[in-house]
Amino acid sequence: MKKVGIGGFGLTKFNKDNVSIESLMLSSIKSLFDSTSRLDQKDIDVVLTSTNDNSKYLATIMSELAGISPKISHSVESLCNSGANSVISAFSYVASGLADVALVVGADKFDNPGLVLEWDRSRGQYKHPVYWSSMFTRSHMRKYGTTMEDLAMVSAKNHRNALENPHAYFDKEYSVEEIMQSKNITDDVRILDCSFPCNGSAAILLASEDSVKKYTDCPVWLTGVGQKTISAGFTKNEDLTSMKSTRYAADMAYKMSNKEPKDIDVTEVHDAFSICEIIELEDLGFAEKGKGSQLVNTMYGTQNKKINPRGGLLGSGHPLGATGIAQIVEITQQLQNKAGKRQVEGAKTGLVQNMSAAATSSSVLIFES
Amino acid sequence: MSIFENELKNGKFVCSECHECKKFVWPPSDFCNICFGKVNWRQISGKWKLIEFSKKDDVVFCIAEFDNMIRIMGELKIGTKTTSIGQDLDLVKCDYVDKEKFVFKLN
Repeated sequence: MKKVGIGGFGLTKFNKDNVSIESLMLSSIKSLFDSTSRLDQKDIDVVLTSTNDNSKYLATIMSELAGISPKISHSVESLCNSGANSVISAFSYVASGLADVALVVGADKFDNPGLVLEWDRSRGQYKHPVYWSSMFTRSHMRKYGTTMEDLAMVSAKNHRNALENPHAYFDKEYSVEEIMQSKNITDDVRILDCSFPCNGSAAILLASEDSVKKYTDCPVWLTGVGQKTISAGFTKNEDLTSMKSTRYAADMAYKMSNKEPKDIDVTEVHDAFSICEIIELEDLGFAEKGKGSQLVNTMYGTQNKKINPRGGLLGSGHPLGATGIAQIVEITQQLQNKAGKRQVEGAKTGLVQNMSAAATSSSVLIFES
Repeated sequence: MSIFENELKNGKFVCSECHECKKFVWPPSDFCNICFGKVNWRQISGKWKLIEFSKKDDVVFCIAEFDNMIRIMGELKIGTKTTSIGQDLDLVKCDYVDKEKFVFKLN
């Protein structure tokens, strides 16, 4: 298997402007080309689009709009986890030798149809994600004594981190008290404990070891890949205090990269709701079960940006198809020591966790400088 | 519209059951998800178990489980009773109008 590195990236500002999915994607592709000086359209073998938009033939359309005639082009859709899924697909093409340079672009609009999984009959009339989030929250509170204040601290930390992210949807700091007093969506979830759907796009270039050095002097290597699907239906989650698919995916990624949780310097986790970050920190091995909120409290209290330095989904917004790629862009910048005021000092190894539909599926990726 | 949805409209909760395995196939499907055998449709009756619950405005919603296998989300009518995890529930109403609707009551 060939070694695969990241050769460049592009991002758009997350917002709610009225633009087409093609315009969103083209903006981040342009951003990638603008910042990757030696990249030529002729170099690109693969174009993958990550989105929940209902557009047809989108990867091929984007190839034409960007002047690329790739060998392989197709879309990847896997709800919120589309971004990491598409990067794993691109990694596979390059690592296998089937392709040498792959462009992955993800985007979604704030009103994209991927927010609610209508197929899931087990959710009855409670199909909106806030209902599964409430179930996870109540279970974690019941088992481990997690409080509304613990949840609010996740959101306060990530909104504060997002202040230094020029592409984030939010540019406002909230206190723990303000978050706790924000609108009740259910008894267990406040509106500021929820990530917001928005427009956004992110693009990334993956290339083989031989080619990636043409595009960057400091490539970041994708050394660990883990992915697991448990089910599509939410209620197949046996334990509502844990994310089984994330545990499996993390185990795979740690083994492949020969790393352990203690080796990870910086991480982007999928905080679709505040409770998600707490559970994920436990399931990724950064905290013991039931101690995820203590870790968040420490990070918040010491202004440590190790967890979700770009502001996570809570602070940055959540354009589904772009989210996983934007997470990877952040870890790339961190490992290149180019994250500006968000920089985690001396970061050499980073982890991305991206998941879908109440963690019925998850991806975990490990990167090294 | 599927058999499952049609029967919900009639107020009945039916589930597919494998001819060969004699086990429920959930979510309802045309074939068994273990052996790909043909399925029958069987109406479910009996006690459900409360797995978790929360509340939006004045409405309690929950996850309920049947036969250690079928789990669904629905409204939970509590009345003046105290609720705790593991309690027996009755499925008192099923319907389908654009989406599935399930209503449970504490036993």
